[in-house]
Amino acid sequence: MYEFIAFYVFAISTTILFLITVMSKNVLYAMTALAAGMVMISGFFFLLGADFLGVVQLIVYVGAVMALYAFAMMFFDATKDIKEKHENPTLVFLLGGLMALVFVVMFSAPIIGDNIQALYPVGLAENLGKFGNAQDVGLVLFTKYLVPFEVAAVMLLVAMIAGIILAGKKMDYSLTECEASDEELEKEILKGDA
Amino acid sequence: MLEIGISHYLILSGLLFSIGFVGVLRRKNLLMLFFATEVMLNAVNIAFAAIGNFYGDLSGQMFAFFVIAVAASEVAVGLGLLILLYKKYGSLDLDVISSMKG
Repeated sequence: MYEFIAFYVFAISTTILFLITVMSKNVLYAMTALAAGMVMISGFFFLLGADFLGVVQLIVYVGAVMALYAFAMMFFDATKDIKEKHENPTLVFLLGGLMALVFVVMFSAPIIGDNIQALYPVGLAENLGKFGNAQDVGLVLFTKYLVPFEVAAVMLLVAMIAGIILAGKKMDYSLTECEASDEELEKEILKGDA
Repeated sequence: MLEIGISHYLILSGLLFSIGFVGVLRRKNLLMLFFATEVMLNAVNIAFAAIGNFYGDLSGQMFAFFVIAVAASEVAVGLGLLILLYKKYGSLDLDVISSMKG
């Protein structure tokens, strides 16, 4: 009963919040709705017994990724409403609806398929299931998924270096103060340096 | 009716994925396009967690972790590129940025 109520509360709120994210014209509203929707999605993970995944969702997505977006937004003009030219909105919604049908059928295929076997069952292996979800995750992650874990670590390192190199260039050059006359500003900066 | 099964989660996941997909199709601003991809990644994570839970398998959660790691690095690199593009063109609109005619 409680699962029923919780599922529908989370489902309706995430759907509405993500619709705001996709439809809103204001960057700030879209970002706030996205962050709130991600908090609601962590609720699903707690419902599904994936406690560790829910906490990681809260820390990484809501904490780190959204903070990164918030910092990046300071480089852009967030107060202006975004003007987007839509050439054929009905076609987009038709294609989107069609794809929605395909995705729902695709994602619900496991309901029909009975031949899916669990590879690393949570409660059946020797030590699994004795502890909480976080310990189970650790056991599986550091045995079966050790190599992908290390590769993911290297990937995050590469992404960090790429982020520093891409965003760190010309940090002393102001973006917002003088958009119209970039050349003059560059000259001023050069004079200041000399 | 009051029982929440795997089908509920999978249908919700498909619905959220298509919301993100419509966003990817209709957005012209690059930052908003990034938001739409985040919505799609989150929808897939729900499907992974739900299937993993209902088959008693931890692999679903593992893949969800790797999806989160990929999303985090994608944001780090993507935002760096967005800042560079904004410095170059003064806008994030795809119509302004696009340089190929045709």
